[in-house]
Amino acid sequence: MMIKISISSNVIGEPILAESIIETRTALNISQAHFDSTYGEIIAEVETDDFKAIRKALESKGAEVTVLDHPIVRDEEECVECGACISVCPGHVFSFDEEWGIVQDIEKCIQCGTCIKMCPHRALSLEK
Amino acid sequence: MVEKSIEEINRRIKEDNVNVVTAEEMAGIVGELGAKEAAKEVDVVTTGTFGAMCSSGVWLNFGHSEPPMKMNKVFLNGVEAYSGVAAVDAFIGAGQLSETEGFDYGGAHVIEDLIRGKSIDLHATSYGTDCYPRKTLDTTLNIYDLNQAIMINPRNGYQKYNVATNGINRTIYTYMGSLLPNYGNVTYSGAGVLSPLSNDPDYQTIGVGTPIFLGGAKGHIIGEGTQHSPETNFGTLMLRGDLKDMSADYIRAANFHEYGTSLYVGMGIPIPILNEQLAQSTAVTDKDVVTNVLDYGVPSRDRPVIRKVNYEELRSGSIEINGKDTPTSSMSSFKKSREIAEELKKWVAAGDFFVNTPSQRLPAKATCKPMRQTTRNPLVQDIMAKDVVVIDENATFHEAAKMIMENTFSHLPVVSEDGKLVGIVTAWDISKAVAETGCNYVKDIMTKKVLTSNATDPIDIAARNLDMKEVSAMPVIDKDRYVIGIITSNDISKLFARRR
Repeated sequence: MMIKISISSNVIGEPILAESIIETRTALNISQAHFDSTYGEIIAEVETDDFKAIRKALESKGAEVTVLDHPIVRDEEECVECGACISVCPGHVFSFDEEWGIVQDIEKCIQCGTCIKMCPHRALSLEK
Repeated sequence: MVEKSIEEINRRIKEDNVNVVTAEEMAGIVGELGAKEAAKEVDVVTTGTFGAMCSSGVWLNFGHSEPPMKMNKVFLNGVEAYSGVAAVDAFIGAGQLSETEGFDYGGAHVIEDLIRGKSIDLHATSYGTDCYPRKTLDTTLNIYDLNQAIMINPRNGYQKYNVATNGINRTIYTYMGSLLPNYGNVTYSGAGVLSPLSNDPDYQTIGVGTPIFLGGAKGHIIGEGTQHSPETNFGTLMLRGDLKDMSADYIRAANFHEYGTSLYVGMGIPIPILNEQLAQSTAVTDKDVVTNVLDYGVPSRDRPVIRKVNYEELRSGSIEINGKDTPTSSMSSFKKSREIAEELKKWVAAGDFFVNTPSQRLPAKATCKPMRQTTRNPLVQDIMAKDVVVIDENATFHEAAKMIMENTFSHLPVVSEDGKLVGIVTAWDISKAVAETGCNYVKDIMTKKVLTSNATDPIDIAARNLDMKEVSAMPVIDKDRYVIGIITSNDISKLFARRR
């Protein structure tokens, strides 16, 4: 499952991510990370069995953990299957099938929203 | 030599024994049988394309109101339509943005809403005349209320199009979609193997009066399109069709983020196979259609060519840019293009659609000229301050403060020992240094990521950069990063103030 770990400015200097990984011995597969002096955000994949432990560890150290379970939704009426979304998606969610139709692998979606801005037909949205 | 006449082909269409194939199928047939046999076998090849065609719009006639009015300004759902013609005619263009909704709604959306039969608010104003006394008008109408809704697209069906990528370090938003930084992706448009003009590049059969598929209805070519440039293989077409017969399956409004609105137009042209040469040209494949990858990060009319590429490579999903495998996105729909070629094939096969000889050939010799500009664009070098004071990165912040006080600049470019730009300090950075401990030298307090400008950049580009990055000054550097001047938002304001 995909999770988002948000780290606020008061704990950004602490190695909470490393500590949590060592403590829980969880393999976090980080696919995106953003840090600056005020805020940190990490998108990672974690085994469902390990999720509870790593969430507990991270939250006890001041991080916020959100499950990314509202992946991108494609409105098939609006979509013209051009494929504009394909090249901008960091998770490689979209691809063409053999008939040049769009197929999507929702499991890979990290809910970054990049494809929403790209879509010329406003066919993509993140439903909360 | 195989020679067939238009009459012969039309007779076969009428008698229900025409052999019609799509341009995709034709490539295979010619590959198998050769051009000569294929020319005997095949009568008509259908093409199709479905992509963003900004140069599209619709002429509308509203009928006369009581009392009558010569509409001077016309708005449809808040989108202005051009009405500088007779009293109640107006042209709604796909790219015109709503006065109230901006990027979210434009002429393209009005056109799609009309096709869908939705009600449209019409607001018009006028100055009033003896024959047309009315000055304002508000009404709500739909496509069935109009006398005419004729789509006239000044430039559609580009033979092929430039491919876009972006070499600068931020995402840019263009009419070719989002282009990720540092050549992060590539976007392209065009149907390649199915592209109408690539299948008849010598305009043997495509000309004035050619019947076509336009937006799901029968339309016509009325001439070459604007910017028609057959000599560089960028031919274009001007098209006409009746919006009342069109379908929203093949005409769709689009929004390009931070660019504006456009119209996706579905268009297909049947090509009668009169001879071997046409059989050969309709055997064109994705591999044969070659175009240029341009760096859209350069805000100029003459964007640098990064490489040449063909549509087969583009459609493989990635191409190599500067040694890196870079993902591609199509902005036009190949699936829809195929649907159009198939639909047109059905029309011809069903005896509903005939081919003809153009009443006039399209120009095969023409190129598109750039604009003649009679006033020179001011450049950064025309207004930048040349007597710029710089400071060494190893100077103390006290020295920097002194320098700012002694001069009139509030920005000090910082240079390394060899005189090259490495940062910038402002009065604000110095106040911060005073407030915090441990920062004694300019190099500790300077901003290292400096936004810079080149002396030969147009002012408009410098102004846009200052505005977007929310900074008030940029050092002007030469190619070796030596500081040769500084340009501030103040200089630009003064230039504009003087103009007025």
